[in-house]
Amino acid sequence: MKKSICVVLTLLFVLPAFAACGTSSNPSGDSPDKMKLYVLNWGDYIDEDVLAEFISGHPEIEMHYDTTTSNEEMLIQVQNESSIYDLCVPSDYMISKMVKMDLLQPLDFSQIPNFENIDPAFLGKEFDPENRYSVPYLWGTVGIVYNKTMVSEPVDSWEILWDPDYSKQIIMYDSIRDSMAVALKKLGYSMNSTDPDQIAQAEAELIRQKPLVLAYLVDDIRERMISGSAAFGVMYAGDAITCIEENPDLEYVIPKEGSNVWFDNAVLLKRSQNAEAAHIFINYLCDAEVARRNSEYIGYSTPNKAAMEMMDDWNEDPIFNPPKEVVDRCEAYVDLGDAISLYNDAWLRIKGQ
Amino acid sequence: MNLVKKAFLTFILVFLYAPIFVLIVYSFNESRSMAHWTGFSLQWYRALLQDTTIMSALLVTVSVAVVASLVSTVIGTFAAIGINVMTKKVRIAVEFITNIPVVNPDIVTGISLMLLFIFFRITLSYTTLLVSHITFCIPYVILSVMPKLSQMRDQTYEAALDLGATPLYAVYKVVLPEIKPGIMTGAILAFTLSLDDFVVSLFTRQGVQTLSTLIYSMARRGINPKINALSAMMFVAVLGLLLIVNLRTDRNS
Repeated sequence: MKKSICVVLTLLFVLPAFAACGTSSNPSGDSPDKMKLYVLNWGDYIDEDVLAEFISGHPEIEMHYDTTTSNEEMLIQVQNESSIYDLCVPSDYMISKMVKMDLLQPLDFSQIPNFENIDPAFLGKEFDPENRYSVPYLWGTVGIVYNKTMVSEPVDSWEILWDPDYSKQIIMYDSIRDSMAVALKKLGYSMNSTDPDQIAQAEAELIRQKPLVLAYLVDDIRERMISGSAAFGVMYAGDAITCIEENPDLEYVIPKEGSNVWFDNAVLLKRSQNAEAAHIFINYLCDAEVARRNSEYIGYSTPNKAAMEMMDDWNEDPIFNPPKEVVDRCEAYVDLGDAISLYNDAWLRIKGQ
Repeated sequence: MNLVKKAFLTFILVFLYAPIFVLIVYSFNESRSMAHWTGFSLQWYRALLQDTTIMSALLVTVSVAVVASLVSTVIGTFAAIGINVMTKKVRIAVEFITNIPVVNPDIVTGISLMLLFIFFRITLSYTTLLVSHITFCIPYVILSVMPKLSQMRDQTYEAALDLGATPLYAVYKVVLPEIKPGIMTGAILAFTLSLDDFVVSLFTRQGVQTLSTLIYSMARRGINPKINALSAMMFVAVLGLLLIVNLRTDRNS
């Protein structure tokens, strides 16, 4: 009888411990001499083979690769006191926010020799003017995808999303900043406007547009556009490339008023326990061949010049590699601070209509 | 009348299984898109098996579900046996307390567990994920074991004691066999709850992924067809498991 108690108690204590060892991403478990590296990236945002090769090529590093959904969620995960992450890949405005919150530590570029592969055009951006904290990973634009068989007139302006002829054929992007950016840009304002009057005008525009909108969507936009069930959709360039591959009737345009250009950069967190391993991984991501494979797998543009040179057919694609004057028309998001509440309120009223 | 019955049954079956059917069909689609069919292909299954991230998330999910359901079944069963012999007043009070987590929204459970871990400076990890799963599974096990215990007549246990069994031996030989169906239900319930769980997992882990959190994190780039392939395989596995269980019970009866 005592035996069965013993068995139960042993099971209680041993099983969880056993399982904990068995499932860490590295089969050898918690060996103390290994450098542990905790990476927080976006979901489906690296070529799996590239990741697997890093793990097998660096036996001294025990890799824990974790993924997340949004910049805001990424911030929550890395800012709490018991956060274990060394490295994450936030977008532009979130980098400036993380710098302000003192969550990042400057990178040691002597440990990242492959950094020279990065096109200088992607350095010194507003969110990291002296380029101390971040290394560009991927970038892209936002624009309009439209179906050539359903639209006869030329598409070059956000105005067309307000055209009553296309009532119930327009799909908008279901996120505060991305939708407000469309309206602000249409009105000729900055998408980072903190002027309550401009934000109110943008709100009125989106409310006026709402009867024409088929739906506010995120993922489904791709499927709807491929299947031809809408004429227009607001979309990321990388996703547009995937859609056009599936349905050649589709076309992608960055409107003449300008649009959003975004950058996802790798940053090193202040709480990192293993900056050395983090630098090795960042350096690996900057390798030309690795950057090329990641960019081709994901379909988003790479800031890696050496990688671009290897991607001839991609280079000629103006969606993947837009001309400089087009990019110059675009703006990156900046952290709005408290003004974001103006956007939130406007968004609630728009969605509540 | 018969026609109505059949039509109703068909309607329910279609309603339940059409989504899974579509998902399985499209897991064999050559194209990345769900919008149109371009041809039969096994490429997503091949890609799935080579995807280390998904595979390690699958391993985490299944191992947590197995361990959490085993541990919570043991704890929950003994808790239920203890609760059952309490005086009526205390029993009602304790049952009430153990039922609260069942009706409590998952998000409250998840956040409060996370805050607890942070408060005690425990780093979120695989272990905290497992502990959290055990925690939210226990009340369900108690809930499914309790009715079996109240159905059982106390006299059988007392008779065992009269015949010279020690209390522990009597529990082992008399009580446990009697409440076995309840324990099995509790264990299966705990297993599926843990396998399904998203909200609690989202808050109580760090550096490890479960399938639900991994699939959620893919949302920005759209669900990869590999996930269709994975869902199809899991559906077939569960179907197979159910068939085996049902065939065995059929044979036994």
